[in-house]
Amino acid sequence: MSAVRAPLIGRSVERKEDYRFLTGVGQYTDDIVLPAQSHGYFLRSPHAHARLRSIDIAGARDAPGVLAVYTGEDLAGIGGLPCGWLIKSIDGSPMKEPKHPVLAEGKVRYVGEQIALVVAETAAQAKAAAALIDVDYDVLPAVVDTASAAGNSACVHDAAPDNVCYTWAIGDESAVTAAFAQAAHVTRLDLINNRLIPNAIEPRAANAQYSAADDSYTLYVTSQNPHVERLLMTAFVLGLPEHKMRVIAPDVGGGFGSKIYLYAEETALVWASKRVGRPIKWTAERSESFLTDAHGRDHVTTAELALDAQGQFLALRVRTTANMGAYLSTFASSIPTILYATLLAGQYTTPQIHCTVQAVFTNTAPVDAYRGAGRPEATYLLERIVELAARELGIDPVALRRRNFIRSFPHATPVGLTYDTGDYEATLNRVLDLADVAGYPARKQASAAKGLLRGIGYSCYIEACGLAPSNIAGALGARAGLFEAGEVRVHPTGKVTVFTGSHSHGQGHETTFAQVVADRLGISLEDVDIQHGDTGKVLFGMGTYGSRSLAVGGSAIVKAVDKIISKGRKIAAHLLEASDADVEFENGEFRIAGTDRKKTFAEIALTAYVPHNYPLDKLEPGLNENAFYDPTNFTYPAGSYVCEVEVDPETGTVRVDRFSASDDFGNVINPMIVEGQVQGGIAQGIGQALLEGCRYNEDGQLLTGSFTDYALPRADDLPNLDIELSPGTPCTHNPLGAKGCGEAGAIGSPPAVINALLDALAPLGVSRIDMPATPHRVWEAIARSKR
Amino acid sequence: MAVPIEMIVNGKSVATEVDADTLLSTFLREHLRLTGTHVGCDTASCGACTVHVGGRAVKSCNVLTAQLAGQDITTIEGITPRDGSLHPMQAAFKACHGLQCGFCTAGMVMSAIDLVLHHPHATEEEIRHGLEGNLCRCTGYQNIVKAVVMAAKTMDGGQAS
Repeated sequence: MSAVRAPLIGRSVERKEDYRFLTGVGQYTDDIVLPAQSHGYFLRSPHAHARLRSIDIAGARDAPGVLAVYTGEDLAGIGGLPCGWLIKSIDGSPMKEPKHPVLAEGKVRYVGEQIALVVAETAAQAKAAAALIDVDYDVLPAVVDTASAAGNSACVHDAAPDNVCYTWAIGDESAVTAAFAQAAHVTRLDLINNRLIPNAIEPRAANAQYSAADDSYTLYVTSQNPHVERLLMTAFVLGLPEHKMRVIAPDVGGGFGSKIYLYAEETALVWASKRVGRPIKWTAERSESFLTDAHGRDHVTTAELALDAQGQFLALRVRTTANMGAYLSTFASSIPTILYATLLAGQYTTPQIHCTVQAVFTNTAPVDAYRGAGRPEATYLLERIVELAARELGIDPVALRRRNFIRSFPHATPVGLTYDTGDYEATLNRVLDLADVAGYPARKQASAAKGLLRGIGYSCYIEACGLAPSNIAGALGARAGLFEAGEVRVHPTGKVTVFTGSHSHGQGHETTFAQVVADRLGISLEDVDIQHGDTGKVLFGMGTYGSRSLAVGGSAIVKAVDKIISKGRKIAAHLLEASDADVEFENGEFRIAGTDRKKTFAEIALTAYVPHNYPLDKLEPGLNENAFYDPTNFTYPAGSYVCEVEVDPETGTVRVDRFSASDDFGNVINPMIVEGQVQGGIAQGIGQALLEGCRYNEDGQLLTGSFTDYALPRADDLPNLDIELSPGTPCTHNPLGAKGCGEAGAIGSPPAVINALLDALAPLGVSRIDMPATPHRVWEAIARSKR
Repeated sequence: MAVPIEMIVNGKSVATEVDADTLLSTFLREHLRLTGTHVGCDTASCGACTVHVGGRAVKSCNVLTAQLAGQDITTIEGITPRDGSLHPMQAAFKACHGLQCGFCTAGMVMSAIDLVLHHPHATEEEIRHGLEGNLCRCTGYQNIVKAVVMAAKTMDGGQAS
């Protein structure tokens, strides 16, 4: 009898992928050089809105090293970049979906929009030649501001004369009106959720190769979901046969949503690679990333919360205007609707909620999912208005939250979701301990002694993750299912390669997924390899976003592993001359129950591939299984955050002094990796709250187009975060009991920071500050309050 | 215009010609195919391209190769032991989960080694300050700081490099 091995699940094992990243042998898209490599450069619009009177490419075409120059005219026959989610307006009409061209056709609609592709021997030659293209622009007035876009005299698309893409609503409006009529108190809040630029440190890149030998294409690209990229590009844009294209997303240097989408650049490169007859590589300069990666957030919102005399929430009414930018990016329409308004119940029993969302086109870069995607906007609104209501009513903000917590599950919200499980009281209690809230008054006094203002702020978030149950998503307008695929290939020696449709660009799938598989098969971690990011290897995949990799991708792998075990049991039964039902599998061994007659996993694997003694009449040889997993519900990670800030009233500088987090992600496979995800998420959330703000001027010029103008958090901007993963309430409907952890930090943290800041400034009479709360803004707010 | 250049890269002499406007980052990545050094921006802001020139951390996107005649250059490939083990700083990053996507990692490790060699007893606050030239979008820096603290203890009083 062999010793029972310690489980890998729940252990912070070091990451399998780290060696290559630490030693510089990882392979990112720009590291790849193909034989006969050529280089592409995109000429981009310097104007936010202009008619293209003419484009003269003669000078560029004749420049040194140039192989080809293409403009929108060359690509006029191909489709636009599609949007994957059809949202319908209140009147039933479909959203306005103007063509999103691969290269501009007739007009440019934001600064940075691609007008021409120059292909040359070197990147420098392509860039130099692009400067010789002569474009005659008829500059038009630009629509920039989110709040005033609807009905603006300038118009982004003829197909949407009022600049409105859709006006959508959810909830029972008349019930909300009735509840407000009964309210003892109504709290009203106007806020802006600031526009952000994702800024993965690896810029987007692509390298497209055409092979005349078999009329096929290979695309290396910085993508979070290569199969979706291939499907959209072949079937909806270029009209190429899907099986003649292989998309490889090798090591990808961060995504945060910005690498989900099908972008124009890689599409143009694939199209041009056949015409040029050479592989073409393009890597974005950081300034191109700022101008053209899909941005995030950008909401203008008015919210009203109705409460009874005891502080019970009666109803919530929300009106949001959401900026889509100039074109609909791949997921854009779903973000401020399906992933936003459905989360407005938060952790609370609010019986009636109504939310209207007007999505507008502007002459700015497309806006789509950025870490959290809709859920940070919902959480920010809700946790701000709850705290404001507490202040107005003179109730402790923690007590007001407790009074309204959902306590029984499953819980159906008035905005379409059914939470399967949770324990909000538990994470709140835990974080109050972690944060040493009891010691706060003394810390406040110590700050005051230094002439500094200290404030404390809370945030209790919920998110809907594990995107997504395909039937629910379909009913909400998704044009595709959102399941995931996994394949477990057992080799003759019992070593295992797992193929997953999820993609890792920092999340550590190669370790976490291997822990799950090794544990279930009772084999060592070293004997399991995880492969991802290649349509030529992996059967299918919907990719990584919405904190779905483990909950959905991991569940598909578990299903495939269980099929392996089931087949292994049959093979073992044959070898052991027993019936299938008598064979149990545990600790890597198939054993006849209650006896010492057994076969190891490796022996079964060898038998499956070298079938000298094999029941060929009953079983196929081989040990390789596929599985698709479609979740039956979203998962609902939740948690509570507490932030303390110190403000210098003389300079407006805000310092996050303490930040504590208690998160319930259900079962956790690798706590070290999960804590890392929360740390990174909170860092981005603090960035949104205090540092990061995308700004265009009124002409649509991006004012924050470099790291010197757009402040990403740096090491000395952040405190150590005190994070605890609560034992939690495992997800009830997936085999791992996992909920997802990638976005939580970015969702829960911004309101905690701003609530803390407003708490600090309350004695000065400051009641409104929008994010990012830069020293300038804080100083101005203080100065205004003194007047 | 091509300029003749001789330098030492990762302990080997390199004698070649480069265009006068060739950045060190371009030279390392494209001429020598040392792709462990990454380029994350065009304003010398992100630090992903950090290498050592004469033992000091330098952003390689911000130096012309032609300026480096006779210099000793070390990249992430150069600090990695050949026996499959890791430099103490690399090992500390692994043990502390100081990396996620890996793109900023080489530059971060090179900056951190310089920091520890010159400030072997740096406090956490000094480490945060010392690394502010390197952007990481994944980790929130907490585990990076932890790794640098750990490596400072194992880097043999600052002798290992």
